[in-house]
Amino acid sequence: MSNQSAHGGRDGRGSRLATPGAMLGAREGRRLGHGVVETDSGLIATKVGFIHSDEKTISVLPTHTRYTPRPGDLVIGVVEAVQSNLWFLDINAPFNALLPMSLGPGKAEFGGARNVLNVGQTVLCRIQEVDETHSSVVTMKGLGLRRIDSGLVESLPPHLMQTLFSDGAALKSLKASTECRVVLAENGRMWIDGSADSITEVVARIDRIRSMARDISNRNEMIAILSEEVA
Amino acid sequence: MGGYGDVQMIDENGIRVDGRTAGDIRPVEIRAGVIPVADGSAEVIWGTNHVIAAVYGPMEAHPRKIQKQDRAVLDVRYNMAPFSTTDRIRPGFNRRSREISKVTAEALETVVLTELYPRSKIRVEIEVITAEAGTRCAGITAASVALADAGIPMTDMVISVASGKINGIVVCDLNKEEDNYGEADLPMGICANSGALVFLQMDGDLSPEEFQQAWDYNMEAIAPVHVLMIEALEKANGGES
Repeated sequence: MSNQSAHGGRDGRGSRLATPGAMLGAREGRRLGHGVVETDSGLIATKVGFIHSDEKTISVLPTHTRYTPRPGDLVIGVVEAVQSNLWFLDINAPFNALLPMSLGPGKAEFGGARNVLNVGQTVLCRIQEVDETHSSVVTMKGLGLRRIDSGLVESLPPHLMQTLFSDGAALKSLKASTECRVVLAENGRMWIDGSADSITEVVARIDRIRSMARDISNRNEMIAILSEEVA
Repeated sequence: MGGYGDVQMIDENGIRVDGRTAGDIRPVEIRAGVIPVADGSAEVIWGTNHVIAAVYGPMEAHPRKIQKQDRAVLDVRYNMAPFSTTDRIRPGFNRRSREISKVTAEALETVVLTELYPRSKIRVEIEVITAEAGTRCAGITAASVALADAGIPMTDMVISVASGKINGIVVCDLNKEEDNYGEADLPMGICANSGALVFLQMDGDLSPEEFQQAWDYNMEAIAPVHVLMIEALEKANGGES
């Protein structure tokens, strides 16, 4: 039986990547973060990812994630279906979110929801509530929440978005270097608005980052791409 | 298992028809992330077997009647390509593919943390490109790597291998001739780290001693395959391999 050490992969190889079932050692009073569970034999990784461990927390930074909605998250949704008084939005999660008329962008007569938001339109909204089965309700009542009528929506893996833009500096330099307006949503989507040239520049950078997305150890290289000056 | 006692498949020195000794497994190659559009994927070449697995999801389970309110369901589809054997396989599902899909799903459900995705479905597609005995084992192994590659939370990875009996001798990892003309076959699915058994089938007759020997061969065979699985995932996900 091959085991894996607390600091990564197989014994003696010194890899930092954990795979499901890898032994991560004893808990030692640390909080269990993402991708780690405790069993009788100690902590084990539940995902493929890089081990992050300090005195307080141990977690696995996954190389692949799917967005799980949490109340308060800013998300970009695409209208997938319309009913008499509500909309169903694709928010990049396993389940579509519900946008009731009362939380929508405007009022319409019963049956007239399609006049306010139609299938295929994109909106910036916030998760209002999530039930225990991960079904979510979103709201468009709030500052800055709106229908997206200009620019472009791009996507990145949600975990990568968090890793790259956690301190705000990367986003600031991306905006400064491309003169674009960029709004990041927690569901792995970003709204890019500006001139056609600047949008093209941002999209090209996102494409380059996406091709490196599987390897989080490239983080500094990715941030450098975001901060590049336009020639 | 016909038990064709007159077909000699192992010589007096314990060398099998393909040159292996009783405890050897066939050469194995594993690659992860081979299908860019899938959430996770893997390719397993096990001897002449060539199997590709792809994972999509978790996603909303449709039709709604298959939804479980407290967990996700694994929708496994094992399929052999029409050209995968010398006799053409009729396309579409048959009794055998349904059975293998079911046992594969049950084996994988024991390690996947399905309770994290209530009402969801995780779609696992297993396609056998070339078949040469042991496709269900290669399929389970490939599906396990593909699930890990897709970022599906799991407590362990499952490796499957089959030992059996030929000419009265227990051998590990049966090839085509041994599977066709041998006397027994014991495929097992084993958790790579914990050693827990998640899947076992037996075809033919084995004495308690022979069963123990086949069990031991299977348990020993998973270690090198586990190393290959980790290397494949590291290579696909930017590890140091």
